[in-house]
Amino acid sequence: MRVLVCVKRVPAPGAKINVTGDGLAVDTTHLGFTTSPHEECALEEAVQIIEREGGEVVVLTLGPAEAEEQLRYAASVGGTGFVLIPNGGADWDPQRTASAIADAIRALEADGGEFDLIMFGNESADAGGFQVGVRVAHKLGRPIVNGIKGIEVTPEGFTAHRAIDTGVEVYKLPKPAVMGVKEGINLPRYPTMKGRLASRKAEIATMELNAPAGGQAMLKLHRPPEQPSTTEILGTGPEAAAAIVDLLDELGVL
Amino acid sequence: MSILLVVLEHDRGDLPVGSLEALTVGRDLAASMDASLEAVVVGDADLTAVAGEYGATAVHQVTNEMLADYGPDAWGEAVAQLVRSVAPAAVMAVGTDRGNEVMAQVAARLDLPFVANCLSVEAGDTWSMTRVQWGGSLLEDSTLTADTKLVSFAHHAIEAAPGGAASPTVKTFEADLDHSYTATMITDRVVLASGVTLSTAPVVVSGGRGVGSEDAFAPLEELAELLGGRVGCSRAVTNNGWRPHSDQVGQTGTRIAPEIYIACGISGAIQHWVGAMASKNILAINTDSDANMVTKAGYAVIADLHEVVPAISAEIRRRRGQ
Amino acid sequence: MSDVPTPTVPETATCVVIGAGIVGNCVVGHLARLGWKDLVLVEKGPLPNPGGSTGHASNFIFPVDHNKEMALLGEQSADQYRDLGLSVDSGGIEVARTQERMDELDRRMTSAKAWGIEAHMLTPAEVKELVPFINEDVILGGFYCPTVSVVDSLETGTTMRREAIEKADLKVFANTEVLDIVTDDTPRPNGRRKAKAVVTDKGTIEAEHIVIACGVWSNRIAYMADTYIPLVPTVHQMADVGPMDILAETNNEIGYPIVRDMDTFCYERQSAGSMEVGSYGHRAILHHPDTIPSNAEAALSPTEFPFTPEDFDDQMETAIELMDMLGDAEIKYAINGLLSITPDGMPCLGEIPDVENLWSAAAVWVKEGPGMGQVVAEWMHYGYPRVIDAHGADVARFYDEEKSDEHIWARADESFIKTYGIVHPSEQWAGRRHLVESPYRSRQEELGAAFYQARVWERPQWYDTNADLVERYLLSEREVEWDNRWWSPITVGEHLNLRENCGMIDLSAFQIYEIEGPGAVEFADYLAVNKIDVPVGRSVYTPWLNHEGGFHSDLTMMRVGEETVRIVTGVFDGGRDEFWVRKHMPNDGSVTFRNITMEISTLGLWGPNAATVLGKLTDHDLSQEGSPYGSYLDATVAGVPVKLFRISYVGDAGWEIYLPWDKATIVWDAIVEAGADHGLRVTGGGVYSLSGRIEKGYRLMGAELESEYNPVEAGLARPKVKSAEFIGKEAYLAAREAGAEVRCVSLTVEDNTDSQGRKRWMFGGNEPILDMDGNRIVDSHGRASRVTTAGYGPSVGKVICMGYVPNELAEPGTDLQIMYMNELYPVKVVGSGATFDPDDSRMKS
Repeated sequence: MRVLVCVKRVPAPGAKINVTGDGLAVDTTHLGFTTSPHEECALEEAVQIIEREGGEVVVLTLGPAEAEEQLRYAASVGGTGFVLIPNGGADWDPQRTASAIADAIRALEADGGEFDLIMFGNESADAGGFQVGVRVAHKLGRPIVNGIKGIEVTPEGFTAHRAIDTGVEVYKLPKPAVMGVKEGINLPRYPTMKGRLASRKAEIATMELNAPAGGQAMLKLHRPPEQPSTTEILGTGPEAAAAIVDLLDELGVL
Repeated sequence: MSILLVVLEHDRGDLPVGSLEALTVGRDLAASMDASLEAVVVGDADLTAVAGEYGATAVHQVTNEMLADYGPDAWGEAVAQLVRSVAPAAVMAVGTDRGNEVMAQVAARLDLPFVANCLSVEAGDTWSMTRVQWGGSLLEDSTLTADTKLVSFAHHAIEAAPGGAASPTVKTFEADLDHSYTATMITDRVVLASGVTLSTAPVVVSGGRGVGSEDAFAPLEELAELLGGRVGCSRAVTNNGWRPHSDQVGQTGTRIAPEIYIACGISGAIQHWVGAMASKNILAINTDSDANMVTKAGYAVIADLHEVVPAISAEIRRRRGQ
Repeated sequence: MSDVPTPTVPETATCVVIGAGIVGNCVVGHLARLGWKDLVLVEKGPLPNPGGSTGHASNFIFPVDHNKEMALLGEQSADQYRDLGLSVDSGGIEVARTQERMDELDRRMTSAKAWGIEAHMLTPAEVKELVPFINEDVILGGFYCPTVSVVDSLETGTTMRREAIEKADLKVFANTEVLDIVTDDTPRPNGRRKAKAVVTDKGTIEAEHIVIACGVWSNRIAYMADTYIPLVPTVHQMADVGPMDILAETNNEIGYPIVRDMDTFCYERQSAGSMEVGSYGHRAILHHPDTIPSNAEAALSPTEFPFTPEDFDDQMETAIELMDMLGDAEIKYAINGLLSITPDGMPCLGEIPDVENLWSAAAVWVKEGPGMGQVVAEWMHYGYPRVIDAHGADVARFYDEEKSDEHIWARADESFIKTYGIVHPSEQWAGRRHLVESPYRSRQEELGAAFYQARVWERPQWYDTNADLVERYLLSEREVEWDNRWWSPITVGEHLNLRENCGMIDLSAFQIYEIEGPGAVEFADYLAVNKIDVPVGRSVYTPWLNHEGGFHSDLTMMRVGEETVRIVTGVFDGGRDEFWVRKHMPNDGSVTFRNITMEISTLGLWGPNAATVLGKLTDHDLSQEGSPYGSYLDATVAGVPVKLFRISYVGDAGWEIYLPWDKATIVWDAIVEAGADHGLRVTGGGVYSLSGRIEKGYRLMGAELESEYNPVEAGLARPKVKSAEFIGKEAYLAAREAGAEVRCVSLTVEDNTDSQGRKRWMFGGNEPILDMDGNRIVDSHGRASRVTTAGYGPSVGKVICMGYVPNELAEPGTDLQIMYMNELYPVKVVGSGATFDPDDSRMKS
């Protein structure tokens, strides 16, 4: 099984996110960076698949040179191949991103064979555009389903589960396929110390690619007006039980 | 007159409230664009009446045998063909997982930009919009330049409201789909197996250091069982060996997003909060009104959990007549 | 149903404590125990974990420290945690991978003995028995301390806070941010402004006392009052890895001893099923307090910065080497945790010198939090901390040059790696030197001065150009590298030359003040035990006591005018002594204060030929009659007006020469020239501060003299007590009445050969003084006999130690032992006076 996981480097902010003075980016002065959570789960799922089925997991990111950190992290938790498409640190719009990634995949496949499965996160934690995976799949002419919270490998391809409010939708996808994965599909492992140390030696391929800008342009970021956080006190003793059960009833969990 | 198409998300005819939100927003947007508001219904579902209640002047019924159930490729291709045929000024949907997925499919096929999860839009040659980033922690002002504008509106951003009642003309559009589109059709639906997990439970009753001992978790177990939920705990609890690590909610445990998180005797250390913050509602039961969990929770009871938790269970049983 | 009400703060309070980490909570708890009421605790973050360093501390206490304040306050803190039932004795082992570290562990054994802490040296196999998952092949041995404890600092803080709520009606305001500290606009005559109020986002509180217990934010809060608490937030990396069965099976927060892998600057501390691997081995990563995010902005908490794995990789490798199982465990949680580092590694406690009633309780780690909370509370209550002499932690110790960000950052950068390092007692800083430029620097450099830094001053310890003396006196280097480190036999040569001929010593680091005005003499007498109201021209050596009769200082006061008294004190005590004067001086204008340190340079000239040399440069009568001991002469030396003060701290006749800073080099050059034919050598401070002094048994503030001892015990009580009032008089009279239980004595090491047949040369201090059975000697106040100063006396030919022993052991000739590097050496009591020239005949000649 040859699996490709596309991941994005994003800041790991607290509850309050600050914006740089020019409004063009998140102020990351005291923030660390991480792999966007859905993609972290996609990577974990891919690693679990090859642990069962054998094969390789190539991890691809489009981002600043520093996104090497996320590729090394991927190496520390079981990734086997690593590709960085540098974007010079500027955020690319979804169309441009998808074009470059699709080009990269064609090149990688020409070189190392077709990917049986390409995985994206359902949406990125920061921009949340909900579309790069779909665009890439379409460019490659492959089926894609988003919102996946369960994957089984079958002789024909994959059975994928998508959680919706009323239950689970089941999809049966042929190989090669593309999926947008959602957090909750698994609990991603943490790197071991040995994994971390080994990841320093991982070879990272850099692919210089570009594509024309699309039609969406970001002007600036800003914080929504602050909602004063108020805590509703339901009581100061066991007599609060009635109010609590009213609340449970209202929320429909009773 | 130009056209604003609103794609109505539905599941075999069941119309979620999000689609009504989309019509509500679309009505005002269409007016500002001097466009006609027209609904798109994929498949055979008859949603004309409700579309009319919300002001749609036409319903495009997009039909094909392959559209009997949902499939992102099929839906996307069908709507894309409609867009090519109708040449609307804009297409929109609600920004749910499915709504965004269909719009992304349409955008990919038409090679058009798509702006997801807008909160407000100012139409014009170039559109200006404010949209959601970081799940709502940040807002983004963007512009959209395209012959046909594709956007989705953030779910729950507005209340759906009927208006501009119209009797829509139904226009049937037969999509041209080959069998390759069946690859992504829903093949089955599964009802969730009983025995919920910590990460999927609708209710999590969690205990912290304040619970005091392994045995003292019994009342929490009872409450969780009454509510069909699960018991979680803080790091201090697993550190003390009162509960297994698999019950731990937090940065180093499980991240949860239940309908309500009942945090009993939990101070709300950040590591714990990170695991619990996605909960839709939080009820903190704590003797210390300054506790982090109390200030962050939407609801709180400032009292001893050992008295309050059994009282809740008793009240539930009383109401259920048990 | 109601919303949480927005609390408003009270308009007034006796004391506002800012910060509810372990320190702030313990300060309010101890103030309550001392009977204080009307207390307010303000905290920017939520409770019980506001997001400061307490919240991510590893919470363990290794009680053994070479430093007395840190060791005793660590023990005191551990006991307070134990008393609250919030502590577990896990035991702890410091393991050694090198012989140098094994030697250091022997030094730890010695300190453990000094403080009465149980400790054992273990073989690698014995370490393995206690820690079965350790790789014993990479270690040479271990230092095991069974009373190493793991504490619950958050719960302790909560408990102390609750105690204060119950006892003192403490009002607590969490989620309340301090915006400003209001003080007087202009200083009063004593140079100090008074702190008046704390401005918060929930209102302003007028307070009699304000305590800054804000951990890494402390300097930022101090800045609001236009003052400084010199510390910098510094990263300590910690990774929690696990789970591991062998740990989980203990079913305990901690079931195995904590291991400190000292040579890799790491520790491994079990936390339930996981292991916390902490590091002090990475580069120093410093942050400005203004860049620390708020609770809302931080991904974890404000003081848990994003982990930078590249800084931790080396530590991971060595940790796996020590415990292989760590390699396969998952890194579940890893942080760049912030803690406080000061320029000299000691905390910042006490009243802030330039702002009255504003207190610092900062740069305190969890391991010493409760004890230091007690120190600050007692300081506020009694005017001095009773629990221990805290001069090393006194926030008044800093000079201005030490308060700059540049200095704090540079020192933190250099010192971080020393956290687990082997730090020689004489070790010198590499950076931030020559902060105060001596007038003689170029001359000293030409002579090959080995500069030792005393806070911000540079003092040549010896001069390489005197190397010929080593040959002349048949001296040699020391056998063991440790004894030889930061030392040279030249200092012995300079000593012997001074005793044979004469030596000139740069004493410009003396801190010199003048108090002047109609009330000056009366005020001077109020500060001093001995009578200062003496004829003009007389000088008085005197202790200054605190209100409880313990030493605050010892120094020289000169009556230089009818209404003027000059105060000369040592460089290590300058900040504290100036603060003490300012704090107590009348504000009615009757006394003015001037720091004239930078106007006056001082040279010491001593030895049999000193009078001859000086006589060539002045017409004054330099005989004992013309220039009597303890008096000064206004004279002219080489045409420069100077004060010639006949005194000696080295045991030979001579003078301290006080001369104008701008003419200093004229006098220097003249003396060097005049002395050329009389064996004069420019001599290093090693003779002044150690070898000369210890041969004479002269006491030193901070060594022999501490607030825990009084003049009677130190042997500095004069036959009569002056009638004038002075600070500590009542306690002093009581101490004289009671008599001394212990006495400060000199002891000589009778055989300094170690078990390997090597000669050892004790120095530094804090080695335990033991009876002939090897038992500690502890008096009824709990004070243990220990070496306060040790050093070689070249004219005696022995290593001399000083220290306090009980009366019955203070008789000359009494045989005792000292421990040095974990070996016992026989010592003999010399007595309370000098070992060399006990009749002071040389000083009278």
